Amino acid sequence: NLQESESENKLDGETASDSESKSEFGGSPPVPTSDDTPEVLNRALSNLSSRWKNWWVRGILTLAMITFFFIIIYLGPMVLMTIVMCVQIKCFHEIITIGYNVYHSYDLPWFRTLSWYFLLCVNYFFYGETVTDYFFTLVQREEPLRILSKYHRFISFALYLTGFCMFVLSLVKKHYRLQFYMFGWTHVTLLIVVTQSHLIIHNLFEGMIWFIVPISCVICNDIMAYMFGFFFGRTPLIKLSPKKTWEGFIGGFFATVLFGLLLSYVMSGYRCFTCPVEFNNDTNSFTVDCEPSELFQLQEYNIPLVLQSVVGWKTVRMYPFQIHSIALSTFASLIGPFGGFFASGFKRAFKIKDFANTIPGHGGIMDRFDCQYLMATFVNVYIASFIRGPNPSKLIQQFLTLRPDQQLHIFNTLRSHLVDKGMLGALEDA
Amino acid sequence: EVDLEERLVDLDLRSDSDVPDVPPPTDSTPEILKRALSGLSARWKNWWIRGILTLAMISVFFLIIYLGSFMLMLLVLSIQVKCYHEIITIGYRVYHSYDLPWFRSLSWYFLLCVNYFFYGETVADYFATFVQRREQLQFLIRYHRFISFALYLTGFCMFVLSLVKKHYRLQFYMFAWTHVTLLITVTQSHLVIQNLFEGMIWFLVPISSVICNDITAYIFGFFFGRTPLIKLSPKKTWEGFIGGFFSTVVFGFIFSYFLAQHQYFVCPVEYNSETNRFVTECEPSELFQMKKYSLPPLLQPVLGWETVNMYPFQMHSIALSTFASLIGPFGGFFASGFKRAFKIKDFADTIPGHGGIMDRFDCQYLMATFVHVYITSFIRGPNPSKLLKQLLILQPEQQLSVYKTLKSHLIEKGILQPSLRG
Repeated sequence: NLQESESENKLDGETASDSESKSEFGGSPPVPTSDDTPEVLNRALSNLSSRWKNWWVRGILTLAMITFFFIIIYLGPMVLMTIVMCVQIKCFHEIITIGYNVYHSYDLPWFRTLSWYFLLCVNYFFYGETVTDYFFTLVQREEPLRILSKYHRFISFALYLTGFCMFVLSLVKKHYRLQFYMFGWTHVTLLIVVTQSHLIIHNLFEGMIWFIVPISCVICNDIMAYMFGFFFGRTPLIKLSPKKTWEGFIGGFFATVLFGLLLSYVMSGYRCFTCPVEFNNDTNSFTVDCEPSELFQLQEYNIPLVLQSVVGWKTVRMYPFQIHSIALSTFASLIGPFGGFFASGFKRAFKIKDFANTIPGHGGIMDRFDCQYLMATFVNVYIASFIRGPNPSKLIQQFLTLRPDQQLHIFNTLRSHLVDKGMLGALEDA
Repeated sequence: EVDLEERLVDLDLRSDSDVPDVPPPTDSTPEILKRALSGLSARWKNWWIRGILTLAMISVFFLIIYLGSFMLMLLVLSIQVKCYHEIITIGYRVYHSYDLPWFRSLSWYFLLCVNYFFYGETVADYFATFVQRREQLQFLIRYHRFISFALYLTGFCMFVLSLVKKHYRLQFYMFAWTHVTLLITVTQSHLVIQNLFEGMIWFLVPISSVICNDITAYIFGFFFGRTPLIKLSPKKTWEGFIGGFFSTVVFGFIFSYFLAQHQYFVCPVEYNSETNRFVTECEPSELFQMKKYSLPPLLQPVLGWETVNMYPFQMHSIALSTFASLIGPFGGFFASGFKRAFKIKDFADTIPGHGGIMDRFDCQYLMATFVHVYITSFIRGPNPSKLLKQLLILQPEQQLSVYKTLKSHLIEKGILQPSLRG
């Protein structure tokens, strides 16, 4: 029985109960949050009451972040990739720092070095896989890059193993459990932070619209749910986040779907957003230039009879991508918040108010990006399953590196498949 | 008033000796053995039990090899599930969290999801022709990633909804524990199966090398051991380590020589759709054809030969054995550190005299990943089955254009004879 064992556990280390204290967040939090607001803002808002001041600080920072977002989009894919990388590193740092604070393990031998080393290894592995895919011709030309790419997995594995052996050799008698905890903590953090950021970059390479629309939907859902909750909120949604309400949730859902439709409509018209990002070998820069795919060409859709009377039109011209945007917005509004609840639960479990205090009024970078993580994976899986098939030219490239007998086997299987489907006459080939 | 939670966290950080032990596992030696060995002293009795069980395990291993690839896959799956169960049970005991709401179901559910994802990726690759014929399977394969992700998400949302006010931290710990365990056990077991499909020799030689290293390091340590190797495992010695290294390299070398002669071990495992069975029949690749190697001038006077007939695979086996002897033990040290950290003697008591399944397999994990990475980097080019699978999910028009390109390429290379129809 959990109740009985609680009293036994008082001498144990980790136990079941998070005992409730008076304030919402327990006793003194391990991470003291200092007021980070710049002096300028402080003086400008000195007259207002504390509640409105907080509201204004949050509002101004929100606008600042959105403006920053637009600027980076303008600057292009390379800058975007760099920003994604920086955000990833900062999130990793925030979560690891929380681990240090929770376990008072800042002074563990070697551990800070090892955490950053593992981050480097995993990033090297993932970037190597992406670079090989997208920069294929560039890599084949340069001799050192070619060798690095050919033995990439082996090199990454060797690097990781070195870190693993260093960890084993660094185990110190009195701190075994702590060291294992930090090892586990590092790996789970890597799993969450690094894999997602690489999925975001994959999405980006599909076309900037696949990067911008999902992120905007999540941000919009955050803001809309907050506003609907502020004005109409009455029924609490979940015990984990007492400020969220059903009214905010549902209102945010509809607002986000609408926003997604409109944003996709506007973006689908521009090639710089809809074309896959490619690396041009001659100019050595990224280009976004192509014939827009079917998804981004206007089509006539018949409005279902039910809506015809309401809207008054019989057909409507839309981009097929807008239909997909409905799926993306729905996910952002319905499942995305679970990422937020997970982060809330995490903060309550470890008795912290925010992940860090990087952004005044908002908390840390993780606080802003907690809902984005599930979204990035979803978009990647969505694209792989419903949009993009395998790339035929890439497949041909891979085919050419096989042995002749393997090539023949594949060719024959393909031929029998096409014959089965009736696309080839049965007597077509020798 | 000091916060209870903080006081408990402080207690956790005091030296490990303050934390009470997890209750030791019970003695599960079968009655028969106990009676047979009742005459001997406790130390010899233990030695005999270990010896008998070692032989029993090796015999089971040979039996399964004889029964074929499918049985091997099942065996790997069972071991994976048992290892997962052992590690999760340790987590429950450490955190006294056996009664956490939903948590047992969620752990098994996540195991199922991740296995489904990995098996789907493997099955789709190797059973491409089988899958093509059945419509329902095609649907599952085509949207495999989406279905796996949806299943995982369901588990994730269930976890979030199951968070209970007093047990947040514990639930997060168990969540993380489950995920790290999945990362270790499930990914490795799938790499083992992929190695198996390359050819049973890629499965047998690495595993045997690790077992051999275990046994010979123990024997060398028993007879010659004097200098301790590492504080984590006081029983290991440098003499055992180095002796085990040389013996394992020699063993791997000889063992590969015998295995490389049989098609059964050397050929990639393929699924024959007509007979609905696994077949291992092929033209042995270059790796498994005898070649003459000139001995370096240094060794010539020693051995008296100028050239030697060897399989190229034997050179690779040296690399595999070296890894098994030098780096494999780090997996064992990791597991020892883990057991010390959580104050347990063995992972479980499944095998009398040896402990749990994890105790036997702790060195194997790094080995499986190494072999897989080794094969993809140095042996095998891109995976033809994966390529085939991707070709088959293209749009028909794309398939036709790819077909035409391939045909012209093959004719150009002379691999395919141009048909009379042109």
